[in-house]
Amino acid sequence: MYHLIVFLPLIGFLLAGLFAKSLGTKGCEWITTGLLFVSAILSWVAFISVGFSEAPVETVTVLRWVSSGDLNVNWAFRIDTLTVVMLVVVNTVSALVHLYSIGYMHHDPHRPRFFAYLSLFTFAMLMLVTSDNLLQMFFGWEGVGLASYLLIGFWFKKPSANSAAMKAFIVNRVGDFGFALGIFGVFYLFNTIEFSTIFANVDAVATSEETVINFLGYALNGGDALTVVCLLLFMGAMGKSAQFLLHTWLPDAMEGPTPVSALIHAATMVTAGVFLVARMSPVFEFSATALTVVTLFGAVTAFFAATIGLVQNDIKRVIAYSTCSQLGYMFAALGVGAYGAAVFHLFTHAFFKALLFLGAGSVIHAVSDEQDMRKMGGLRKHIPKTYWMMVIGTVALTGLGIPGTYIGTAGFFSKDAIIESVYVGQNAVASGAFWMLVIAALFTSFYSWRLIFLTFHGKPRASADVMSHVHESPNVMLVPLYILAVGALFAGVVFYGAFLGHEVSGDHEGWYNLFWREALFAAPDNNVLTEYSQVAKWVKWSPAIVMALGFVIAYIFYIRSPNTPKELAKQHPAFYQFLLNKWYFDEIYDFLFVRPSMWIGRFFWKKGDGWLIDGFGPDGVSARVQDITGRIVKLQSGYLYHYAFAMMIGIAALISWTMFGGAG
Amino acid sequence: MGEWPILTTITFMPLVGALLIMLTSGEGDVERRNIKVVALFTTVVTFISSLYIWINFDNSNPGFQFVERYEWVGSFMAYHMGVDGISMLFVILSTFLMPFCILASWNSVTNSVKEYMIAFLVLEAFMIGVFCALDLILFYIFFEAGLIPMFLIIGIWGGKRRVYASFKFFLYTLIGSVLMLLAMMAMYWDAGTTDIPALLAHSFPAQMQTWLWLAFFASFAVKMPMWPVHTWLPDAHVEAPTAGSVILAAILLKMGGYGFLRFSIPMFPLASADFQTLVFVLSVVAIIYTSLVALMQEDIKKLIAYSSVAHMGYVTMGLFALNANGIQGGIYQMLSHGLVSGALFLCVGVVYDRMHTREISAYGGLVNRMPNYAVVFLIFTMANVGLPGTSGFVGEFLTLLGVFQVNTWVALFATTGVILSAGYALWLYRRVVFGALEKESLKTILDLDTREKVIIYPLVALVIFYGVYPMPVFDATGASVDALIQNYNAALEAAKETAQASLSN
Repeated sequence: MYHLIVFLPLIGFLLAGLFAKSLGTKGCEWITTGLLFVSAILSWVAFISVGFSEAPVETVTVLRWVSSGDLNVNWAFRIDTLTVVMLVVVNTVSALVHLYSIGYMHHDPHRPRFFAYLSLFTFAMLMLVTSDNLLQMFFGWEGVGLASYLLIGFWFKKPSANSAAMKAFIVNRVGDFGFALGIFGVFYLFNTIEFSTIFANVDAVATSEETVINFLGYALNGGDALTVVCLLLFMGAMGKSAQFLLHTWLPDAMEGPTPVSALIHAATMVTAGVFLVARMSPVFEFSATALTVVTLFGAVTAFFAATIGLVQNDIKRVIAYSTCSQLGYMFAALGVGAYGAAVFHLFTHAFFKALLFLGAGSVIHAVSDEQDMRKMGGLRKHIPKTYWMMVIGTVALTGLGIPGTYIGTAGFFSKDAIIESVYVGQNAVASGAFWMLVIAALFTSFYSWRLIFLTFHGKPRASADVMSHVHESPNVMLVPLYILAVGALFAGVVFYGAFLGHEVSGDHEGWYNLFWREALFAAPDNNVLTEYSQVAKWVKWSPAIVMALGFVIAYIFYIRSPNTPKELAKQHPAFYQFLLNKWYFDEIYDFLFVRPSMWIGRFFWKKGDGWLIDGFGPDGVSARVQDITGRIVKLQSGYLYHYAFAMMIGIAALISWTMFGGAG
Repeated sequence: MGEWPILTTITFMPLVGALLIMLTSGEGDVERRNIKVVALFTTVVTFISSLYIWINFDNSNPGFQFVERYEWVGSFMAYHMGVDGISMLFVILSTFLMPFCILASWNSVTNSVKEYMIAFLVLEAFMIGVFCALDLILFYIFFEAGLIPMFLIIGIWGGKRRVYASFKFFLYTLIGSVLMLLAMMAMYWDAGTTDIPALLAHSFPAQMQTWLWLAFFASFAVKMPMWPVHTWLPDAHVEAPTAGSVILAAILLKMGGYGFLRFSIPMFPLASADFQTLVFVLSVVAIIYTSLVALMQEDIKKLIAYSSVAHMGYVTMGLFALNANGIQGGIYQMLSHGLVSGALFLCVGVVYDRMHTREISAYGGLVNRMPNYAVVFLIFTMANVGLPGTSGFVGEFLTLLGVFQVNTWVALFATTGVILSAGYALWLYRRVVFGALEKESLKTILDLDTREKVIIYPLVALVIFYGVYPMPVFDATGASVDALIQNYNAALEAAKETAQASLSN
């Protein structure tokens, strides 16, 4: 069954990629979509059979991969609860996005290619989440990077799409640089990169007081070595999950078609970093320093991305920054050891964020490919179904619900669980992180409702021509929205028990451990999961209060007195520009990295190779030789035979000399 | 013995083909066609025969196999041939790529077809000979003789600056070779034999090892090429005809790495240990420096040539990590680079044949008219970048993994190559393939024809196959590499004991 789940998308990719002509466009669309639905259904079967049973961790070996020295790596699947949760997320969203794309892309002449890429992406993502070792994970990791590159640059005639695709790949590679070094470090410490063996030995390494590795001149004992390795792996996670400093590619990635943004840049690929840390939780648990760094970056990203989201005008970019910010929440939770909460948020976020993106796609589809919210407005009456779906996505994202009860949307359960966990978190930055997350929740609510109000309410700002074409999307696009909406509303209340599990026994040994078993590890002194549900009332209520506050401010700004935001921007032009220009990260990086690389490259080429090496090497020598011979020799091809001949004679002479010299 | 001398057969089979071609006369189209068919036939038969070696190769035997030995020139030297796990796959790589080179030259070479084909067949014989020779002098003859056809191929059938390029190529390699020849003579004086297996068992005095190592290094470093003696390569590649570039990148560069494995490391283990740091430094400089230079190139071939230098940096770094991961990674990287860079040069050849320019700025938007080309070029670009799932990844990963265990600084700097390679390769791809097709000259460009598909598709399949399932290679190289490392460690151990013994005396 696991073979089918993973390889059906690959088969879809190969069929659509290689036989597009004979299958026809329709054929490619339905084959890839059909296979994905089969995969998705099987994933749910796996989810129920593994998550809600006592099945031990299972390894399914497919093929030997690399075997060299002590390194033995197989293509193999590790089946545990974390894997099946990811299978469900990836395949469900992917199947729905495939279906949606049949409607969304139906004007595009390159549909077979598009569906092939989507399936390729899904396959790579499945390899990533099912991997039983770090190397296969790296394969999936880079594979999704490739698919993301191809899909961002899908409209290859647009220069902006091409540069966005390149940027995504290269910034991710910066993260992969860390990830690769992390893998080397793990191999150095454990002599294997297979998860089960690493997890079995991590305790021994962590407690070793001797020097276990000499890293960059520092002799590190076991604990410090694990910290270094974890931080390197986390660098990979930062790249893939667009965390602060390595986030710059994600907003630009919105150049890709909207279904791509929903699948790759919201629901699945960008959560790979969260998955990595959760998967490696048995190792991260041994490094308090690494976990503190994870929380720090998570909280900063959550806050920082939300501030930028406040002022963006492109509908997709608002959601992109929101994604970035929500990923920050997940990392913050990972950092305090609340792995279950992080993965739960990953799970629910996949539904409501995919819903928001696909809804945004439906809007864009309706208004003739316009993405600027300043040119929208008043669409509520024209596309009511899309409107309501977007509202559902928004209430799920902002976390609408009544604290202390089980009434609430998906985001209410998962996001509040994160905020509360961080509040009780033990590490040095947890209390600061808590406040950042609460403020970020305020911003989230504001920019989400701003998006709704700007797009659907008020007076139409689009041209009459565009408005006359506004139409509701076909069912093939709406049905995926309905399904995701169900998830966005109910995924929280249904799965809360399994993922975070307190209502059964209310303690650490409760349902939580029944569900996750060996998949997530929490050290014995990690009490976050037992304590978070007992936090003070004001902590529980604070996300709800800021959410309401965000809604009210957005309502005042964009419905009541629509001139307020403009005046505010005029009063604080510098601040507004700072946010609008995304804290000037692109400019800074261009100045710090891109231009110097080019300059140095040219310098090495012209001065290093050209002037220094060639000038004093071959060119210099030949110039002197030419001076001496008085430029008699004209180098023409006819003379080459002479040189070759001379060389042969020379060799013959040298050999004979050796022979006689040596023999005599 | 009594077996069929397979190594001699495949070494000299191309010469038979060359002889046949030499006997033809006439300059008409029919004759030319016949010449090409003979050349293609010869190379294909050679390749198929060479597969016999791989099929019958005993993976568990670390020593030399298919050995042939005849006394030659009295007792001084012998005609001694044989392959082990390290050299065997290079023989296969050489014979495998030759038919593609002949096919790639099918239409693009129009003048002196006869001489061209002869040059290639002779070159093939010498290349195979280098990897099979088990006698120092025999090795040297093949090693040096191979320069002549290559020199002619660049100098006669090359581009505008072919003469400059061929002389630069010649000058660099000659200087290296002369030093190597001197070292070989010294080795003979010390060991009293030129037999490679005998020399492998001989231990040279520590002092002497240093000088011998340096002399061989001069030759192999130029061949690799390592920074800073790499500047001949971009020029040679740019000027060489497509098939010449393929052979240069895929096979000739590998002779340097092969030389390190056959001579420097096993024969001069103490010196290898001493110079490890030097090799690391040069390798890391090569990776970073040439990657940055590649970023700024305006000529497609030059860009790929510089990226070759960077990739060879991984090879030298891996080999001198002197552990199983590093050496196997280095060998794998060489084989993979043979396929990938060969294929990339073939890809450049495809558009060069159509447009007669290699300027990046002359292209753009090729995907609009050449979708198949865009796909294969993308796959090879990704293999060049070292994407997992392509053969390029396995070697790169293992060399880095190997070196990390020796020196984390080196691993840290070398891993930045992962970022830089993505930079130059994707930027090239974007400028050549993506974008709107706006240039008038490109509006009628045609996609791959059947001949080109026959050349390129098998390489695509191999690059992916060996990315997913590299085990056939590791199985073949495993035993020999393990033996190499054991001997190396044993030699270091012995030297340490001697040093301690002399101290305690």
